Amino acid sequence: MQSDKILLDHGSGGKLAHQLMIDLLLPLFDNPLLAPLHDGAVFDVAAGRLAFSTDSFVVDPIFFPGGDIGDLAVNGTVNDLAMCGAVPRYLSLGLILEEGLPLADLKRILVSIRAALDKAGVQLITGDTKVVPRGAADKIFINTAGIGVVPAGVVIGGDGARPGDCILLSGTMADHGIAVLTQREGLRFESDVVSDTAPLGAMVQAILAAAPGVRVLRDPTRGGVGTVLNEIALQSKVGMVIDEELLPVQPAVAGICDLLGFDPLYLANEGKLLCCAPPDQADAALAAMRRDPHGRDAVRIGQVTAEHPGRAVMRTRIGGQRIVDMLSGEQLPRIC
Amino acid sequence: MNDSSKLFSEDFRDPALARSLLRGIARRADRPMRLMEVCGTHTMAIFRHGIRTLLPPTITLLSGPGCPVCVTDAQEIDAFIALSQHDEVIVATFGDLIRVPGSYTSLQKESAEGADVRVVYSAMDAVQLAQAQPDKTVVFLGVGFETTAPTIAAAILSAQALGLANFCVYAAHKTVPPALSALMGHPAVAIDGFLLPGHVSVIIGLAAYRDFFQAHPTPCVVAGFEPLDLLQAIDALVTQVADGIPALENCYPRAVTDSGNPKARAVMDQVFMPCDARWRGLGPIAGSGLAIRPELARFDAARRFKIAVVEMPPPKGCACGEILIGLKTPPQCPLFRKRCTPMDPVGPCMVSSEGTCAAYYRYHGGTD
Repeated sequence: MQSDKILLDHGSGGKLAHQLMIDLLLPLFDNPLLAPLHDGAVFDVAAGRLAFSTDSFVVDPIFFPGGDIGDLAVNGTVNDLAMCGAVPRYLSLGLILEEGLPLADLKRILVSIRAALDKAGVQLITGDTKVVPRGAADKIFINTAGIGVVPAGVVIGGDGARPGDCILLSGTMADHGIAVLTQREGLRFESDVVSDTAPLGAMVQAILAAAPGVRVLRDPTRGGVGTVLNEIALQSKVGMVIDEELLPVQPAVAGICDLLGFDPLYLANEGKLLCCAPPDQADAALAAMRRDPHGRDAVRIGQVTAEHPGRAVMRTRIGGQRIVDMLSGEQLPRIC
Repeated sequence: MNDSSKLFSEDFRDPALARSLLRGIARRADRPMRLMEVCGTHTMAIFRHGIRTLLPPTITLLSGPGCPVCVTDAQEIDAFIALSQHDEVIVATFGDLIRVPGSYTSLQKESAEGADVRVVYSAMDAVQLAQAQPDKTVVFLGVGFETTAPTIAAAILSAQALGLANFCVYAAHKTVPPALSALMGHPAVAIDGFLLPGHVSVIIGLAAYRDFFQAHPTPCVVAGFEPLDLLQAIDALVTQVADGIPALENCYPRAVTDSGNPKARAVMDQVFMPCDARWRGLGPIAGSGLAIRPELARFDAARRFKIAVVEMPPPKGCACGEILIGLKTPPQCPLFRKRCTPMDPVGPCMVSSEGTCAAYYRYHGGTD
């Protein structure tokens, strides 16, 4: 009799594991590099530089408004590659399943992974599945690793910000953090906030084509925009000044943050990027961001300065000033 | 939440109105004034909006004993930790408390060692936890001012209605008006006026401060939390100080009435009665705590569990006690930003999201 739940044997390497591969995984992910089902994928690379990144996903709940752990796992690694200036190409998929996970949930997540791969234009070329006893994991954990190709001449890093650069943000802050939060036990909120999880590879290439002077790209995931600003300030040995008035936040997100005492500057985004553009290329970079479907609300939020190196400062709406510190401690655990 | 393009709170963040209030404050604050914001949420809001950087140099804002976690005495923290050592106990608490260091350890460290410590968002969640775990005793750590006390009282009453035998509360609540009297009676404390807490006043009402005000006629203004609320209240306070005419004034009338919230006060009275309490920084203050009434003794964790804690000296160099009553600012503490950071806190004022040291650490780069 077939079970409708994940059993320990699904991870045994034996018959059930094989069946999971043939019935569920291969039909969704089949491609010439994956098809041999060898211990690893073998592929050609062009001369030049590669970017390589990995990320693990433990988000709770696994399904949330606007996405699920599947597309999050794809976009997370794809975006890490994109922030290296790379064109994301290949992904690996490691699944850690808890005994008892409904097969229907797994299938839903895999379908969403497939859709996210297509949107990002990347191929899944190797993978692994393990099953752990009930209680040893929470439903499903996913690890992805990815490889991307960095175009010639592209040099991106946290140390590339220069005084005078404009700080650009590709859209509203904190959507993902709030979308996940509204689903948490004990904190359920009726709201129409959805996660912004999205692949940013295409936007990055468009920015670099329009504004080749861009040297800093970051996706403000855990820790949010506030933490990323601090990291850039420290690595580039510059100051960052942002204007509270210019920070994009959806009204519903601002309202929930006000109510619960969260600062949108420190909540996670999963489909946004922040870049520092030389002043004469900032308009071109901004226009390129706005042409991308995931960057329509892109805005300039501030400027890089020579003053107070290593620090981020905010001009508040009423004209005051305050430090924007790095997040210490977790505002929300397990948001990705 | 709807998709309206503007939040209600936007009206209270208008830059032009803020500038005009600031001009008035600068004009009236013609001599040094020491004003204390009693509430930790005010401290945070003042920093978040950059208000300190906009006030004239004559005004010194002192942060008072208004962060519930911070004023919780070290011995009480030790008692919470001692509770977590009982095998049958699940400690349920608000998140801030788990990182506060006691004399030897913290709830967070004990949790990693195997103690069952759960972070809940409300006392009712702890009641539900008790229902779901009939073999365990859920002890909720009741820390907070008059703002949280009614919700915890309501949780006790629903546990009673449900006939729950495995739920109780360790009551370490504190009340604000007696602390104001203690501050005024403190020989070293010099305060020209109080920004009174907004949320606490929603519950207790303006009337609850009258006895204090009659005994210590000091400028007192209840304030809200948006930038214009705060500036308007500071303006009113500065005016009172400058004119030398103290009054008990309400600058948060959209939320605070004279009598407060009668329902919340009734629930609080039904469950709690005043008792003496120890405050970090201020020491024992008569009638400043809330004890669970004898007829509800079975919900009183202090009575159900015999907890012996030894009085320990505070951590060497930690100035939390003096900071809580405005005698020192965080940068004057030798541990600030050095041994004591939000990642590795020594004193409670660095742990709590409303703590003065945490506020200075997060928002204030200077050295005053």
